[in-house]
Amino acid sequence: MPTRKCNGCDGKSDHGVLLRRLDKVLREYREKPGALIPVLQIAQGLFGYLPETVLKRISLALEKPYSEVAGVVGFYSFFSRMPRGQHVVRVCLGTACYVRGGKQVLDAIRKQLGIEVGETTADGNFSLEVARCFGACGLAPAIMVDNDTHQRVKAARVQDILSQYVKRVGKAKGRSKGGKR
Amino acid sequence: MPKLMIDDKEVIVADGSTVLEAARQSGIHIPTLCYLENIQAIGACRVCLVEVEGAKTLVTSCTMPATENMKVFTRTKRVREARRMVVELLLSEHDGNCQTCDRNNDCELQALANELGIRDLPYEGARTKAGRDTSTPALIRDSGKCIKCRRCVTVCNQVQSVGALFPQFRGFKTEMAPAFGQNLANVACVQCGQCAAVCPVGAISENPQLDRVWAALDDPSKTVVVQTAPAVRAALGECFGMAPGTRVTGKMVAALRRLGFDAVFDTNFTADLTIIEEGAELLKRLTLAVKEKQPTALPQFTSCSPGWVKFVEHFYPEFIPNLSTCKSPQQMFGAVAKTYWAEKIGKKPEDVYVVSVMPCTAKKYEAQRPEMNASGVQDVDAVLTTRELGRLIREAGIDFASLPDETADRLLGFSSGAADIFANTGGVMEAALRTVYEIVTGRELPLENLHVGPIAGLDGIKETSVTLNGTEPDFAFLEGVTVKLAVASGLGNARTLLDRIKQGKASYHVVEIMTCPGGCIGGGGQPRFTTDEVRKQRIQAIYSEDEAKQVRKSHDNPKIKQIYGEYLKAPLGERSHHLLHTCYVAREKV
Repeated sequence: MPTRKCNGCDGKSDHGVLLRRLDKVLREYREKPGALIPVLQIAQGLFGYLPETVLKRISLALEKPYSEVAGVVGFYSFFSRMPRGQHVVRVCLGTACYVRGGKQVLDAIRKQLGIEVGETTADGNFSLEVARCFGACGLAPAIMVDNDTHQRVKAARVQDILSQYVKRVGKAKGRSKGGKR
Repeated sequence: MPKLMIDDKEVIVADGSTVLEAARQSGIHIPTLCYLENIQAIGACRVCLVEVEGAKTLVTSCTMPATENMKVFTRTKRVREARRMVVELLLSEHDGNCQTCDRNNDCELQALANELGIRDLPYEGARTKAGRDTSTPALIRDSGKCIKCRRCVTVCNQVQSVGALFPQFRGFKTEMAPAFGQNLANVACVQCGQCAAVCPVGAISENPQLDRVWAALDDPSKTVVVQTAPAVRAALGECFGMAPGTRVTGKMVAALRRLGFDAVFDTNFTADLTIIEEGAELLKRLTLAVKEKQPTALPQFTSCSPGWVKFVEHFYPEFIPNLSTCKSPQQMFGAVAKTYWAEKIGKKPEDVYVVSVMPCTAKKYEAQRPEMNASGVQDVDAVLTTRELGRLIREAGIDFASLPDETADRLLGFSSGAADIFANTGGVMEAALRTVYEIVTGRELPLENLHVGPIAGLDGIKETSVTLNGTEPDFAFLEGVTVKLAVASGLGNARTLLDRIKQGKASYHVVEIMTCPGGCIGGGGQPRFTTDEVRKQRIQAIYSEDEAKQVRKSHDNPKIKQIYGEYLKAPLGERSHHLLHTCYVAREKV
């Protein structure tokens, strides 16, 4: 099988290796009921996003119609069909976060990164997404960057938070008072 | 057996029944939109709401189990107002235009709005985004009209096991569509049109070809001929308010003449031809397998149903060698009309225009398959569904009910009863048996009225066997052989049967598959709405049609003898091979 570099990953793993790892996951999950969503999550973890070839492979292996796989991927905002940046910024717009200023936080991030929701910065560093409730309403307004949750975020602090994730900018990390959880 | 009260009626129902079933059983009308008897009860549309004593909220009767001593009210003020609001909300999103809609006067939503007395639309707001998918020759999807009842999804996935349609995206943007909202032509869709057959509104319908038929009829340089599939005559009457199962063969022929077709022929003729070719092919395969002990693809699958053929190409390409190489009767007709008949009347193939009337949407797809041009041009030029023929007759202002009975033109219009039963599940097999049994044994099929009981009727998968005794000398190698047969209708059943064969759990010599449940009489192009009761009545009409024929067996059709004598020479011969047989291609599964 010809291998090629995966657009969405860090460039160190090649596509063939990832596909072999996916196939191993598919073998494990094939017989399990309710396998589709966990498999999609794992696949997105492997590839960084869900390319068409991966979705079709999942459809065939789990013997689920491609339309059903697509329906699930399209339903959940967590799943992405586009290659994403090194870091995924998710802004919660659930009710609590929204009323406590989540929208202003989102606007500040859009301005800071110069991208719209669903887009990736030109340097491939950040992707921006919105979510409906992380289940962390006590921390509202909250954002997540990759697996880190940042609480009580204010628009003015956005630059500070994002700078922690910019590679080799010469600044010390994690200076914000909100800190990482 | 719970006993419950619905309005003021006491009802006793079988265990496991729903409130809706209980109401229907006792003649109490509860409106529904998403419900499909025996197939889907999901409470999605909220139209079947009823009040149950002691329940805090209204409940959907299609999902509510009927329980002992339950008190149900179906027409209280609360129920009436709730149903009306549900339909008003549906209408507020529905991007429809009744006057110009394909479903005008044949729409469940329109009928329901009328039934509930809706006279204004109190809710204003965004409408469902219109998006027309005209990518396939068979079907048009118009998502702006969709009310998200999910009938199409359930039929496509559970009944047909094709899975081309599924709810895509989320919330207001939800669309019943192929993966990520792409076009049907890009996905593994067999174009059977069962989605269109169950759609309550105008969101999925056949891709119409009436305009091109009118254009051909208006073109003096064209000799326009028409063929009608066996199943059409058992259902066309429904387009004109007649009861399901009304036989309208004579009126149909009369209507087609008045429409101006130069010759009114019958797909039945090439159904008889199919039996001769497909029977010969089966005997050839049996000779190879039994006599010469050569590896041979058995069972032989029928190939009349284009949705089934495409299903094999997409999902079971390993069975392509098992598909009979015979073209379907529609395509045999096109090929023969543009060669044999065209020569007879001194015309070139390109001057003859062949119109088919089919119970089917997949036939539109089949007609434009690139290999279907044995005459040098596309063999079948236009394909109308039964519903479209109804429209054509109405557009011409013909009073269908008052037409006299006429008979089709002889040469390509004369047929045996064996051809009629191609419309029913089990019919192709029965027709083949009538001929093949007689070829092998020299005796008539020894069954009452020539009917093969075990393979008739609406069961999804049926089996039987025939033991050959007293064989003719040419077929002595089949003496004592028990030929095993299976019949399935509905592609979900076909899938089950194929999996059994694949796993070695079952083996047969011949398998008949029809794409649609009940066979062509339940096709995606038939008048709506096709319930099991309607299927049974159409099936009965077809058997009556068969029994009323003087000739009951394909090989006894004198016009079949004539075409072999004058033109084709022999079954599976060189001309047959070129005109009447075809090949298949493996296609992608996703």
